[in-house]
Amino acid sequence: MTMTAMTDTSTDNPPPSPVPVPDNHDSATAQDDFVLPEFTEQQTELGDKTVGTITCDNPFMVAEDVNVYYGDNHAIQHVSLEIAKKEVIALIGPSGCGKSTFLRCLNRMNDTIESARVTGTIKLDGKDIYRKEQDPVALRALVGMVFQKPNPFPKSIYDNVAYGPRIHGLAGDRAELDQIVHTSLERAGLLKEVKDRLDEPGTSLSGGQQQRLCIARTIAVNPEIILMDEPCSALDPIATARIEDLMDELCEDYAIVIVTHSMQQAARVSKRVAYFHLGLLVEVDNTDKIFTNPQHKLTEDYITGRIG
Amino acid sequence: MNSNLTTREKVAAGLARRRRKEYLFRLTGILATAVGVLFLGVFFATLVAKGSSAFKQTFVQLDVDLTADVLAPDGVLDLEYADFDGLVRNGLKAQFPDVSGRGDRRQLYRLVSMGASYQVRDLVAGNPELLGTSQRLWVPASSNVDMLIKGNIDAGLDEALRPLSDKQVAWITELQDSGRLETRFNAALFTNGDSREPELAGIRGAVMGSLYMLLVTIALSFPIGVAAAIYLEEFAPKSRLSDLIEVNINNLAAVPSIVFGLLGLAVFINWMALPRSAPLVGGLVLTLLTLPVIIIASRAAIKAVPPSIREAALGLGASETQVVFHHVLPLAMPGMLTGAIIGMSRALGESAPLLMIGMVAFIVDVPGGFTDPATALPVQIYLWADSPERAFAERTSAAIIVLLGFLLIMNLSAVILRKRMERKW
Repeated sequence: MTMTAMTDTSTDNPPPSPVPVPDNHDSATAQDDFVLPEFTEQQTELGDKTVGTITCDNPFMVAEDVNVYYGDNHAIQHVSLEIAKKEVIALIGPSGCGKSTFLRCLNRMNDTIESARVTGTIKLDGKDIYRKEQDPVALRALVGMVFQKPNPFPKSIYDNVAYGPRIHGLAGDRAELDQIVHTSLERAGLLKEVKDRLDEPGTSLSGGQQQRLCIARTIAVNPEIILMDEPCSALDPIATARIEDLMDELCEDYAIVIVTHSMQQAARVSKRVAYFHLGLLVEVDNTDKIFTNPQHKLTEDYITGRIG
Repeated sequence: MNSNLTTREKVAAGLARRRRKEYLFRLTGILATAVGVLFLGVFFATLVAKGSSAFKQTFVQLDVDLTADVLAPDGVLDLEYADFDGLVRNGLKAQFPDVSGRGDRRQLYRLVSMGASYQVRDLVAGNPELLGTSQRLWVPASSNVDMLIKGNIDAGLDEALRPLSDKQVAWITELQDSGRLETRFNAALFTNGDSREPELAGIRGAVMGSLYMLLVTIALSFPIGVAAAIYLEEFAPKSRLSDLIEVNINNLAAVPSIVFGLLGLAVFINWMALPRSAPLVGGLVLTLLTLPVIIIASRAAIKAVPPSIREAALGLGASETQVVFHHVLPLAMPGMLTGAIIGMSRALGESAPLLMIGMVAFIVDVPGGFTDPATALPVQIYLWADSPERAFAERTSAAIIVLLGFLLIMNLSAVILRKRMERKW
């Protein structure tokens, strides 16, 4: 794979390449007037095919030819991907490439958006989650979600974590509920800090603690998959590190799909990485393979920091 | 570098003008506020000046002989037909034994209110053992005497120009000198219903009528309004129909209130044959009036709940109904309650729609239930303002003060409620 000369700053004779590269490598001004490259004809000749291995052993969630339209905007195009049980897979890509949209398809959160239309199939344990008989409520008890900005309910810490088990009837009595709450807080690494003040409002915690509370809330329902939409982007590095450690522990019991802007984070926490670009799934592979030897040009450009 | 200097100079040059504009703007704001406060001050000052005297009433001390011959002619206490009036007159005659002649005597009797005889009757009815004794009572003076004492009737005028003759004025002065004339707190204003006699007129009937009406209004408009707002905001599919409904509800909030009175007359009284002048009908009409206000305020409160809370709840697997009732409604409740209280205080002050459904009648009895004929406080004020008796002028102002007091309490509680229940998301 030929690499264009990184140190070549001459503007009068840019080397030919299938992907337009910025004239100078001053990153600041380059990003300003840079337009995200479309797939060139050469690349689409590959058949719009995702490079790498979409499949995995032990698939738990299988997406086949998923398309998402926001009105006329074709946001996700022909994405197929398999997610295994108990693995961490990171979705990376530049802003607006559709990774959050795809994530939200997995637990049908896009249903809440009026103009969104989803085609294709997403199978959880062999059954299409978009079929008519599927109740989104039951689905979301199996597929939990942690959002970018921590959003604890304005209730007590106890009630925050207990809400999920309460509405799904997971606890028989108060003692069982207590048990679930304590276990969830402990697994989220929050119990030691809050065990004396479970009656205080969830909003009185710091940002990192609130996000861990949201994670505790999600695992209290005992889902099979946890979706995380940039969970650490609003947090400081120390809180981020704690949550990444948490993910290491959680992946022993749950599959985790994490959308992240930070490639370092993807490299640290995930086993597989999927690279999205303008609504297309460009490459999927094991983390070390993608970061050391990416197969697609776009993936390589993104990883080396030339785009996004 | 150069460009920096010219910026500095340009900014400095324009600074004086900007400061002056700012100063003028603030001055205008202060002036506008001052004018508003001035008007408010004048309004309240006039009101209090006119109405405060109504809280006092002149009383005359009489010695009344509760003679058994008059009260129990056949040995049995006769509360219906006994001549209580005669006993009062005897008390007056005892005070002024020199007064003779029918004309003069009649003038003497007019010094004391008609209510005096009822007061004697109530005393004997409550304490039959007092029969045969002589009691010293403070009875209300007639309204003309009251007005003279309060300075509303000029004693210096020619006799023909005032409602009290010279003789009456002389008797009054004599009573005052002997310590038998006093001004006390006018409890009758709060304990009696309406009356033709100003000194016996009170707002109790109107206040009870208003209270029953407000109870009906709040019992109906709050649940219906909140439920409608929740449905329109959360569950109704976005379509032309729901847009039409929204526009119509917003319009209804601005419809003149008398139109609702006409609707009430046509539907509730004519078609449904509900009793006229009843607080039930008044409450129904006011419900129609308050409903759009509550719906609009509730919708705004629901819209203000941040979508992140909803997403969090949905993400956990809560159904739409659970999201609304567990999360949205508790967070929107302060706004809804504030809207409801403001709607209620508007309903309390309405009189035009009530005139249409007949609550403008002269009703002396205090209503005991929702279907008894009643009147409302604003309507009472309207009726008293129309009355010719001099003493009703101050009572009108007093009733307005009471009404404003209720409205102030309601709005204050709305503000306190809002402050208390403010949350940070």
